[in-house]
Amino acid sequence: MEKLNVFAARLLPREDFVAQGHRACQGCAEVLAMRLVHKALGRNTIVASATGCMEIITSPYPETAWKVPWIHVAFENSASVISGVEAGYKALMRKGRYPKRKINFVAYGGDGATMDIGLQWLSGAVERGHDMIYVCYDNEAYMNTGIQRSSATPFGASTTTSPAGKVSIGQTTQKKNMPEIMAAHHIPYVATINPSYPFDLFEKVRKAAATPGPAYLHAFSACPTGWRMAPEKAVQIGRVAVETGVFPLYEVENGRYRITLETPQLRPMRDYLKPQGRFRHLSEDLIDEIEKRVHREYRELAAKVRVTNEEDRDGTRQG
Amino acid sequence: MAKRKGMEVSIAIAEAASMCNVDVVSAYPITPQTHVVEHLADIVADGELDAEFIPVESEHAAMSACVGAAAAGARTFTATASQGLALMHEILFIASSLRTPIVMVVANRALSAPINIWNDHSDVMTERDVGWIQIFAENGQEAADLVVQAFRFGEDKRVLLPVMVHFDGFVVSHVVEPIEMLTHAEVKTFLPDYAPQQKLDIDAPISMGPVGIPAVYTEAKMAGEAVLRDAYGPIVECLDDFGKRFGRTYKPVETYRREDADILLVTMGGISETAMTWVDRARAAGEKVGLVRFRLWRPLPDKDFKEAVKGARVLAVVDRHFSPGGPGGPVAQEIKYILYGQKGAPSIVEFVAGLGGRDVGFADFDNMYKKAKAVLGGATVPPFEIVQVRGGHHGEA
Ligand SMILES: Cc1ncc(C[n+]2csc(CCOP(=O)(O)OP(=O)(O)O)c2C)c(N)n1
Ligand code: SF4
Ligand SMILES: [Mg+2]
Repeated sequence: MEKLNVFAARLLPREDFVAQGHRACQGCAEVLAMRLVHKALGRNTIVASATGCMEIITSPYPETAWKVPWIHVAFENSASVISGVEAGYKALMRKGRYPKRKINFVAYGGDGATMDIGLQWLSGAVERGHDMIYVCYDNEAYMNTGIQRSSATPFGASTTTSPAGKVSIGQTTQKKNMPEIMAAHHIPYVATINPSYPFDLFEKVRKAAATPGPAYLHAFSACPTGWRMAPEKAVQIGRVAVETGVFPLYEVENGRYRITLETPQLRPMRDYLKPQGRFRHLSEDLIDEIEKRVHREYRELAAKVRVTNEEDRDGTRQG
Repeated sequence: MAKRKGMEVSIAIAEAASMCNVDVVSAYPITPQTHVVEHLADIVADGELDAEFIPVESEHAAMSACVGAAAAGARTFTATASQGLALMHEILFIASSLRTPIVMVVANRALSAPINIWNDHSDVMTERDVGWIQIFAENGQEAADLVVQAFRFGEDKRVLLPVMVHFDGFVVSHVVEPIEMLTHAEVKTFLPDYAPQQKLDIDAPISMGPVGIPAVYTEAKMAGEAVLRDAYGPIVECLDDFGKRFGRTYKPVETYRREDADILLVTMGGISETAMTWVDRARAAGEKVGLVRFRLWRPLPDKDFKEAVKGARVLAVVDRHFSPGGPGGPVAQEIKYILYGQKGAPSIVEFVAGLGGRDVGFADFDNMYKKAKAVLGGATVPPFEIVQVRGGHHGEA
């Protein structure tokens, strides 16, 4: 099954809208996720980018990797920018100055742009109900500026501003649950995606595109440079992240929770932590603690899925 | 041409923007700008204007959404003041660099702290370097007229730059004034549809806002500088054409009773109206005094200014902001830049007045004039003086 899934990726459309020749590091799974997202979205897409790795590596003037219209304004505001583009198009289509057709209005940012500095801009844009897709490429730190911690950095990870040291275990806080924060906005569609699972990703991106109103996608984005691991391990670590329960693949569609890739037996946490230099310093006790927490969060998610299923069965959920 | 009608200046500004058939309005409320956007929201809600009104969650988002909308090819309008303008600061540079011809009215208000909702020019003067065209209205008629003109010269394909139209908070924004609004038909003949040169279009994809490495950054900045300076021509063309069509003529530098004046007051914005009345009084008393004001602030109309002050021996510059610990008021500094090294240049006496809504009245002009006159007589004065300070400069009771 695993092999089939990997090789069958060749069955995806050939055309790319994020071109080759960009400046990402070897093995960057953040740009892989972005390439797949745009493969799924296709040509009729307009993109607003936050500042960060994905902006820098795709747009060194006079070159660009973007085959669809793309705009970068600043670090924190890509959601607002796309809300303006979408509103502009709405008005201009009504006035007959653009042909009426379906366009995907897409904004993206890294975890820093999304979960820290740009949280307000994103919250505002989706709350206003724009027809947009926001994609967070989560590599769990500010990579572009040199691997500083963010609120997405997991407990125990060593970064340049939460370094492990003689009296420090690295990051001492727990990762912010961003998909939940977006689900709490009661927008029509929220999902987690992972480039190591291209079909699951494709399905969700297309669902997000087909959803009128705001959709939020949270992409697992392995960063070999920042996670201090071998570049060739980036795709594999994405699968281990799902199998250990670190990054469950699920969606929240109009409030209904569904795990899209069931993992009945979670793999031990060590399989995920050991290949990554950012966790190298962790004691066995800390690893156990992390595992417990991951399992608890997975159970919490499963409980939400159960509630959805029960509501579906007894008809208590309307619409 | 329509008749003059008594209306609140903010309402007139909103209606002027509406007549320009804007496609997108994106704004966040802040006193004293609120009536402008509330009225625009009404106009859209009543279906009188076919536009998208984006009720954003902050001014930073307002400007960000404006950039997005303008990049999509939409005619875009917003309004702000003070803290809101300061919050937009980061994006203002980007709006001009991306050549998005947004029009923004700014109801000038003091910056915190202490928080103060009243008028001065600290908000605008701290945004001098953002690469926008900046123009000042002194009353409601001018504000309404300049909004329409701002769209025309901002969107001119030789220009394509965002424009700030400044008008004083409360003392102009909230005043009910007789205003002659243009008709829809008049605006239609004066202002062509916006025809963007580049836009985010799926049929012709472009990348906007790429990384500029040191090898290209200087050239990009130089291009911005050239286009803003060269905007002077199209701006003046537009002001002249407006004057010819509608009989209200605007100039980059305005003068009042400057003929044979030894001393010229230099003001900007709403206090110019008080200053003109004061000049009338002084003239009646036999004083050889006149007034000069910058209407256009960016690009700086240096040649017009030089011409306007020719023959004057002392300039009494009234700034509404100053640079703490620095060289005094910004308008005076820029005038020094304009006149430096010029043979027979007038002496400059610098005042800072009207901070945070403090009224500048005849008595203040009397005082400032008295000092300017002393300089005319050969006296020396401090480099700049913050006038109207109760208890002296160090706040002694
Ligand atoms: C207002 C502002 N603050 C800080 C920065 C510096 N900065 C640029 S990108 C970045 C981090 C990006 O991190 P993230 O959003 O996670 O994206 P990544 O590079 O990791 O993909 C920072 C701190 C900036 N450009 N603008
Ligand atoms: S630092 Fe990480 S996210 Fe950025 S380009 Fe390199 S691998 Fe990709
Ligand atoms: Mg990141």
